[in-house]
Amino acid sequence: MEHLIRYIIDNDILVYAVMALIPLFLWVLPYALFAVWMERKVSAHMQDRLGPMRVGGWHGWAQTLADILKLIQKEDIVPTAADKKLHMLAPFVVFIGSYAAFATIPFSSAYIGSNLNLGLFYIIAVSSLVVVGILMAGWSSNNKWSLFGAMRSAAQIVSYEIPTVLALLAVVMIAGTLNLQDINTMQGGWFWNWFIFKKFPFIFIAFGIYFVASLAETNRTPFDIPEAESELVAGYHTEYSGMKFALFFLAEYANMFAVSAIGSTVFLGGWNSPFGNFLGGPIWGVFWFLSKGMFFVFVQMWLRWTLPRMRVDQLMYISWKVLTPWAFVCVLAVGAWMMM
Amino acid sequence: MPATLLEQVKTSTGRALRSEEMIINMGPQHPSTHGVLRLELVVDGEIVVDVIPHIGYLHRCFEKHSEAMTNYQQVIPYCDRMDYLASMNMDWAYALAVEKLLAIKVPDRVEYIRVIMGELQRIASHLIALGTYGLDVGAFTPFLFMFRDRERILDLFEMTCGARLLYNYIWVGGLSHDIPPGFIDKAKAFCKYFRPNIKECNDLLTYNEIFIKRTANVGILPKDVAIDYACSGPMLRGSGVDFDLRRDDPYSIYDKFDWKPQIGTGEVGTVGDCWDRYMVRVREMEQSLNIIEQALDMIPEGEIASAIPKRIRPNPGEVYVRSESPRGEIGFYVVSDGSGTPYRVKARAPAFVNLAVAPEICRGYMIADVVAIVGSVDIVLGEVDR
Amino acid sequence: MAITMSPQEITAAIKAKFPEAVLDAKLEGVIDPFLKIAPAAILEVSRFLHESPELSFDYLMCLSGMDNGKGMLGVVYHLASMEKKHKIVLKVEVPVATPAVPSVESIWRAANWHEREAFDMIGITFTGHPDLRRILLPDDWEGHPLRKDYKVPEYYQGMKVPY
Repeated sequence: MEHLIRYIIDNDILVYAVMALIPLFLWVLPYALFAVWMERKVSAHMQDRLGPMRVGGWHGWAQTLADILKLIQKEDIVPTAADKKLHMLAPFVVFIGSYAAFATIPFSSAYIGSNLNLGLFYIIAVSSLVVVGILMAGWSSNNKWSLFGAMRSAAQIVSYEIPTVLALLAVVMIAGTLNLQDINTMQGGWFWNWFIFKKFPFIFIAFGIYFVASLAETNRTPFDIPEAESELVAGYHTEYSGMKFALFFLAEYANMFAVSAIGSTVFLGGWNSPFGNFLGGPIWGVFWFLSKGMFFVFVQMWLRWTLPRMRVDQLMYISWKVLTPWAFVCVLAVGAWMMM
Repeated sequence: MPATLLEQVKTSTGRALRSEEMIINMGPQHPSTHGVLRLELVVDGEIVVDVIPHIGYLHRCFEKHSEAMTNYQQVIPYCDRMDYLASMNMDWAYALAVEKLLAIKVPDRVEYIRVIMGELQRIASHLIALGTYGLDVGAFTPFLFMFRDRERILDLFEMTCGARLLYNYIWVGGLSHDIPPGFIDKAKAFCKYFRPNIKECNDLLTYNEIFIKRTANVGILPKDVAIDYACSGPMLRGSGVDFDLRRDDPYSIYDKFDWKPQIGTGEVGTVGDCWDRYMVRVREMEQSLNIIEQALDMIPEGEIASAIPKRIRPNPGEVYVRSESPRGEIGFYVVSDGSGTPYRVKARAPAFVNLAVAPEICRGYMIADVVAIVGSVDIVLGEVDR
Repeated sequence: MAITMSPQEITAAIKAKFPEAVLDAKLEGVIDPFLKIAPAAILEVSRFLHESPELSFDYLMCLSGMDNGKGMLGVVYHLASMEKKHKIVLKVEVPVATPAVPSVESIWRAANWHEREAFDMIGITFTGHPDLRRILLPDDWEGHPLRKDYKVPEYYQGMKVPY
């Protein structure tokens, strides 16, 4: 892919700029629009109703476009007593934290935004920016409810990063590298080469821990305390309207796909076809990668509309007393196994 | 932190750390306060120290209006609008009070139809209570499933009297319309359709691990506190008190049917917690189905308007009659001075009395629990404020 | 052991303990038999009714304020016993000029909000009530609406009231 772009454009910097922007424009933004529509349809059918049906003709596919157009035109309301600079910056920080993770995720064997040797480490580091953005949003709104939402969210995300990292660590120990493209290449062949089946059952458990912890990372039910509609009106983004609110929204959906993508890359073979070389190759790789990612996005939506919400102390209990110890057990067990 | 520890912790400037209690407003507009209710929460971090409810946002002067009516029947639409989710039971309670004042007896067919409508209304009201309770704790889907089932009940009501929510159906001395042909079959079909849905609701929400964690051992209301605060309905029965007005202060023909009041047993937590109150409502829906099916089989033919008095002019006197609405004891204290206008109509609304116990049972829990507790009280602001 | 007492027996028990408190008793020819109690004695009578093992009136069904006309305001107490299953009605009457009645909140906590409503609507002040303020109407409303001679105010905080 890099060669293709170099062939078209000669300038080095421009090539890298285009490479970095491709995932953003070709996939993430259209995906975000699609995911909002999909969430509304999935939730509707699970609740025995229809969801968007009219906008754009077939099953209301253009609903999100219409919503974005509407949000762009809305008046941007900033509360008088709010901290204007923080209020302005917060959605951008959250947006950047979520989107920057896509730089090192391999979409196919021929394409990765930036082939960092520290790919996984970079992703974890950059997605922590989201916490800062949420705290800024909650504090600057000058609203007790937003503050509550922001504090809860910060506690939640920071606590759940630990089991996430530990679960990923278990796989890194087997792979021996943090480079996501290399991790993917190591899982080539049929589906039993995928990391989730190695050192059974420990990596399996690690995958379970990773998935649950990532639900908390993205503030999805059952861990959606920070934006718990029933309690905090809308949590940390109560006071946001118009395009800034849309940014929070898009950031949430991008985050959902990012964690699903990382999970499927690290545990389930990423762009590898499950049938070895059949339906393999760089172009099919994109299809496999996207379908695995979208499957987990669907599971996240499914869980949101089925389960009730956990209380904040129960959430913390699960993170520190259930997920983290089990993640440690997995890491130790995998390590011991590898040394034998 | 306890006060002494607090004093010992000094900041770098030498002053002691202050931790103050915060006053948060769950304002009149809030997705979870079931209407316009203002709860002032005094919190210490996330723990609630005190809850001060402010009501009166929906006060529509029901009692003053009744004193201006020229006819006792004209008060019935006002009764509808008190607890708008259980209008049949409101009308029925008022009609019972005035009928006792006039000492008239209604025909048998009227009694049976009133029981059927009252129990259908109980199921509809409980469906809303349970659905919105799921919404409060974050489960969005059961809400829609229950509304889907409630639509069928509203279809039955619309078939009979033309209205979906505020019926003006049960009049003093009888009913406004007889049940149309086809009603009995449709009602029987509904009962058959709805029974397995209760099991679906149990699978989806009631025995869900997360829901149990949110509601068990939360908002425990002890028996003696419940009686002291004059709680009634599922609030009282959820605390283990075996008291149901349909059996213990009988009115109408409930003694002809085979049914049992449901009591909280502390199945997954403590007796009197939110889960118990929730479960009492679920089980009551099932009992109501039993009553409806028996009544549909036993309903006699007859007149429904023969006992409606042309002119309601009771002798001077007063009466207090109470009946079991889905939320508890709805009582009407009607005073007549001998003219055609009521002298005083006092409505003792169950949600008004039940809400008074909320500050007591919210202390020491977290903010998220306050939402769960107020949801389990099942208030309708229309009758809290009247 | 639950023995339901008749209204006559209940009246006799109260009269035996508080001979001057019972001003009047209408037990026959009415749908709900009631006793008229002297306002100053209502607290003691209530305590007796609540704590006596044979009477055991532990459930305050309803507490209503009344405008009895002729310059008198009243409070009506509907009591019930969960265990014995008997009921009784107590009435208290005070003049409009000095509408003070002792509060029974310390005996039945249910009376707390009921008395606040009676104060709000009729204007009876309950002495000894921990938190007597308006409950349904705004705190700065003037007048007590359920009195028969109540005139709707023209303006409330700049808004025209009758419409």
